[in-house]
Amino acid sequence: MGRGPVSGCAAAYGRIMRDDSRLPTSPGFWRSPLRGPWFTSVLGLVLLLGITVLFVTGLVSYAAYNPDLSPVNDKTPDKGILGFYLFSWPTHPHWLYRLDQGVHVTLGVTLIPVLLAKLWSVVPRLFTLPPARSVAHALERISLLLLVGGALFEFTTGVLNVQLDYVFPGSFYPLHFYGAWVFFAAFVAHAVLKVPAAVRNLRRAREEGELRPAPEPASARELVAPHPDPPTVSRRGALWFVGGGSLLLFATTVGQSFDGLRRTALLAPHGGADPGSGPNGFQINKTAAYAGITAAETDEGAWRLVVAGPSGTVRLSRAELSELPLHSSALPIACVEGWSTSDQWWRGVRLRDLAALVGYEDDPPDVLVESLQRRGAFRHAALRANQVADPRSLLALFVNGEPLTPDHGYPARVIVPAAPGVLNTKWVARMTFGETR
Amino acid sequence: MTPLRRPVIGSPFQILLLACSFALAAYAGVRLLADDRPGVALWWVGAALLHDLVLLPLYAVADRAVVQGLDAGGHRRWTMYVRVPAALSALLLLVWFPLISGRVELRYRSATGRSADGFLAHWLLITAVLFGGSALLLALRLRRATKHRPPAVH
Repeated sequence: MGRGPVSGCAAAYGRIMRDDSRLPTSPGFWRSPLRGPWFTSVLGLVLLLGITVLFVTGLVSYAAYNPDLSPVNDKTPDKGILGFYLFSWPTHPHWLYRLDQGVHVTLGVTLIPVLLAKLWSVVPRLFTLPPARSVAHALERISLLLLVGGALFEFTTGVLNVQLDYVFPGSFYPLHFYGAWVFFAAFVAHAVLKVPAAVRNLRRAREEGELRPAPEPASARELVAPHPDPPTVSRRGALWFVGGGSLLLFATTVGQSFDGLRRTALLAPHGGADPGSGPNGFQINKTAAYAGITAAETDEGAWRLVVAGPSGTVRLSRAELSELPLHSSALPIACVEGWSTSDQWWRGVRLRDLAALVGYEDDPPDVLVESLQRRGAFRHAALRANQVADPRSLLALFVNGEPLTPDHGYPARVIVPAAPGVLNTKWVARMTFGETR
Repeated sequence: MTPLRRPVIGSPFQILLLACSFALAAYAGVRLLADDRPGVALWWVGAALLHDLVLLPLYAVADRAVVQGLDAGGHRRWTMYVRVPAALSALLLLVWFPLISGRVELRYRSATGRSADGFLAHWLLITAVLFGGSALLLALRLRRATKHRPPAVH
């Protein structure tokens, strides 16, 4: 494949360098018979689809935080026009965030072998001489630094963050969000420049049979080894191999989004066993100990919920809260790290009933929720009026028929349909209705 | 040598497209670099360099060593039986290294209320299944090949 006559100055270099196959700048250095336009095009088109889904689910996940509602929700206050699409995050369907973020993380993990294979398939281009054939080509190669560096940066920060390995330089939210935009700018340009050729390559392969030599544009031929080693696997076999890697990662990850499948997620951070047994046994994002919550500040004598609004401030003990009308809702915990629980059965006071206590009888407003937690990124969180108004939004006191345990937010926690986990504040100390900062 | 026949500017469409892409990337990049300029730049460029100049050459050399080693014994066509389990096991280790290595164990235990001990054990067991399964497949294939081989003529 691709051993026909060559033309152009790249070919001239090829002729000069051909014999010196010790240098990666020589086409002869690259020996794998797998590299070629068909292999790269298939992987490229898979990534085109996959990364587009990652980008969109990532943007949607960002909107789920309602960053434009309040500075306490916004880890990227200088986003400027990059938040152009933000919208009021809905509460229907109640699994919306669980689905979006589960797809984002699970698909991201699944695509890692495809990304690695794609980068492997085009690595000879990194060493192509001359470094640039034209101004346009020079710009394209600079753009590839944004593309390759960006893809690796986004995948690496994401994979590290879900494993709580915070070694990256700064807070995850701005790095992953702004990094995504830098990467996506290069990704779109790359797609516009390459997709037509990739589609042509696949169409030609389908028409003429993958392994028959066919005339190809010079750019595609660059990838084909001029002196390939004898094959150890066919191109199709290699593609199955990449797909097998994806399947293995998918199979050992996807279970962390379902209580019934969790034990199948053998390597995912929230796969395997639940942290406990019984009604409160389900997955925990941050324990009470990690958040620095002590029993002394949450016991019945010490803890009071402060509810503030235009008609004044109300202080309620947990016993007094339990005497208010209690309601139930079945809602999941869904984390930005991509894991989630199945629906848990929460019981507590409706947020809109608490709003009514302090002067908002008919029209619940936004609310600022403050936790007992003294440090940590989301110890304060703002909820929008539509989230407060939803009858399923609770200040929960019980889960699955038992009082909350400290790790699930005892004495009381917020639970809102479709909201990201960190906005479901645990160890609630104060709720200020009509304010968001 | 072929004289330079192409225009040195190249496609104007490509230049416009990339200029647009760079402008958007710079708009986001200014914000990306705002807090820790050298750190983020190092991670961005370092990720590309580390992959292209360290990780990829490392696994390519390892793969070539396996192929040549098998080739020397006349077993080249069995390469995939070694390559697949080794690569899949290495892939899992690469992706889940922080959990498998135990480097986040303290934070993980304290945050999630679960032990991180299981990850190394799971990875080792999956690795055992991958290599064992591959060995089994190879053995079956060899057996079938022996059965179907025509009897030697004396």
